[in-house]
Amino acid sequence: MANLTIEKLTKRYGSSLAVDGLDLSVREGELVALLGPSGCGKTTTLRMVAGFLPPTSGRVLFDREDVTALPAYKRSTGMVFQSYALFPHMTAAQNVGFGLEMRGLGPAEREKKVEQALKLVRLSHLSARLPRELSGGQQQRVALARALVINPKLFLLDEPLSNLDAKLRSEVRIEIRALQQRLGLTTLLVTHDREEALTMADRLVVMEGGRVRQIGSPKELYDEPQDAFVADFVGRCNILTGRRESPGHFRTEGGLLLAVDTASRESDNATAFALRPERILISPGTSGQTCGSVEAVTYLGAQSEYHVRIGQELFVVVRPTPAASEPLAAVKPQDPVSLAWEPTAPRLVPQTS
Amino acid sequence: MFVRMRGGPQLGRGLLQTAVGIAYLIIFAPVLMIVLTSFFSQEIISFPPPALTWHWYANAWDKPEFLRGFFTSIQVALLVASIGVPIGTLAALAIVRGEFWGRQAISTLLLAPLAVPGVVAGSGLYMFYVMAENALDRDIKATTEGLVAAHILLAIPWTVRLVVASLQGLDRAAEEAAANLGASPLTVFYRITLPMMRPGIVAAAMFSFIQSFENLDLSLLLVGPGRITLPVAMLNYLEFRIDPTLAAVATVQIVIVGVLMVVTDRFVKLSRVV
Repeated sequence: MANLTIEKLTKRYGSSLAVDGLDLSVREGELVALLGPSGCGKTTTLRMVAGFLPPTSGRVLFDREDVTALPAYKRSTGMVFQSYALFPHMTAAQNVGFGLEMRGLGPAEREKKVEQALKLVRLSHLSARLPRELSGGQQQRVALARALVINPKLFLLDEPLSNLDAKLRSEVRIEIRALQQRLGLTTLLVTHDREEALTMADRLVVMEGGRVRQIGSPKELYDEPQDAFVADFVGRCNILTGRRESPGHFRTEGGLLLAVDTASRESDNATAFALRPERILISPGTSGQTCGSVEAVTYLGAQSEYHVRIGQELFVVVRPTPAASEPLAAVKPQDPVSLAWEPTAPRLVPQTS
Repeated sequence: MFVRMRGGPQLGRGLLQTAVGIAYLIIFAPVLMIVLTSFFSQEIISFPPPALTWHWYANAWDKPEFLRGFFTSIQVALLVASIGVPIGTLAALAIVRGEFWGRQAISTLLLAPLAVPGVVAGSGLYMFYVMAENALDRDIKATTEGLVAAHILLAIPWTVRLVVASLQGLDRAAEEAAANLGASPLTVFYRITLPMMRPGIVAAAMFSFIQSFENLDLSLLLVGPGRITLPVAMLNYLEFRIDPTLAAVATVQIVIVGVLMVVTDRFVKLSRVV
C-alpha cells in the first residue's frame, strides 16, 4: 500500500473547470471520502487518480512517485466501479483472476490467490458462476475481490454501494470498512451519500464546483462546518440567513433574534445560523425564550420530527420519540412549544456563494 | 373504449389473438405453399394434389445448374461473411469509438446500400466493372471476386448496424476495469471488448451470409457462365418452364436459412441484437 498525494490537480473542459486546483493527501491505510453533489468533480478526480482521464494540470503521486503521465494499466490501483463492471463472459473466478493473469502469474498460483480472495468476500461457493447468475450484492463482492487480489497500491471506490438496496447497503458498508481497516488499504471513496461518507471515512472531503469546501474528520465536518454548504451537505441542518447583531445575538432575515455563544470561533462574515435538528430541545407550552407553534409532527419510529414555526422562520427538530407518558407525546399541530439549545450548539457560518 | 363494454377484456384479447393469427398466416402462407407444392405430383399445380411425391427433389438434384448454383452460392456467401463482417466491424468501431469529423456522414453512407434497389446497384456495378476491366486489363464482372465484392456491399450495412448496436450497449466500465487490472489497450480489446461484441458479430455474420445466399437482383448482371448462383439459376429455369422443381429448390433454401437462424439463436439471442 502506498500513500496518495494530489497536487493542484485541475481538469478543464472547454471553459468550465471540472476540478479546480485540488490538493489532497491520503495517508497509508487511511480511507478518505470525496463527498459532494453530482457535478462537483469528485468522480473526475477519482478517474484522474486511476489514470482514465489525463489532468489539464497538476500532479498525482503514489508514495513519492509521479504517476501523472502513467496510463491506467501501469498504475496498479484496484478500483471498484459503480456498475461493478464485471466481465460478463467470464466466471467469478476468471474475473478475479484476470488481474493476476495480466501480472503474469501461472495458473496454479493464480488459482490459489483467487480462492483466497473469494474466501475473503465469502463467495468461494459461487466461483464458477457468471456475473449474470449472481445477485447485485454478490457481483459487488466479486468486484471487491477482483480489485483486492492484485494487491493494489491504492484502493479506489466509485459509488460502490449506490446500486444496492438500503438494507444490503449498510451491511456492505460495514464489510468494506472492516476489510479496509484489516488490510490497511489506502482508499479513496467517491460518494454522494453523506451517511456512507460519515460512517466509512477517516476523513471527508466535501467538494463543490470542482473545489474543496472542507476537509476533516466526519465529526469535525458535522460539528464544525466552515460554511452553510458543508453544514447542509454533511447532515440535516436548520440554516437561517441573517446577520450578527450585538455580541451574543444573531438576527435572522425574518427578524428573529437568536442567542449565540460569542466565544465560538465564527468568522466575521457569518451570515448564516446553522443548528442541527437533534441539538434542539423541544417542550410543550410557552415557558421558554424561543416560542412558536407546531406545524407538523412526523413519526419516524425511534425518532420523531417536529416542524416548528417561529415568526417567519421554520425549525426542524428531531427528538427520540417520547414515551406515551411524556408531555411531548401529546404535542400536535397548532400547539405552542418552546425551543432551547446549548449556547455552543449553533454555528455562525458564511453563506454559500 | 371497448374495454368498458360487457365482456370487454375477453373480446379485446380475442381480437388481439385473431390479429396475431392473421399476421402469422400472412408471414407463413407463402412459405407453407412453397413447401407443399414441392411435394405435389402434378406439373401444373392444382388443388387438391392427386398424389404426393419426392420426384421434384430428385429432378432438381439431376439438374447440374442447381447443384452447381447451390455450391457457388454457398461459396460466395461464406466469402462475403468472412470478408464483409471484419470490414463492417472495423467501420462500426470507428463510428462508435472514433472521434473525427464526418463520423455521422460515414455512418449514414455505410447504411446507404440498403436504400438502393439491387437492380440499380447491380447495373451501376456492372458498368463500373466494365470500366475497371478496361483500365486494369483483367476480368472482373463474371468472376467470383467481382460477385463477392458486390455482395459485401450488402453485408456491410447489416454488420455496421448490428455491431454498432452491440457496441453502444456495451458497458465501457468493463474495459476500464480491465485496464485498471493491468491490461494494455490491445489486451483489453481482445480479452474484453471483442467477446462482449460477439453476439452482434455472430448475428452480422449470419445476416451477411443469408443476404448473399438468397440475393438475386444484385447478382443478375454480375454472374458469369459456370459461376451462376442458385437464385439466378432458379430464375433461368423459370424462363423455360414452370413446375414444382423450383418449389423443391426453394424449400431446400428455406430449410438452410431456417436452420442457420435456429443454430445462431442457440449461441446468441437474436431477439436481443436485431
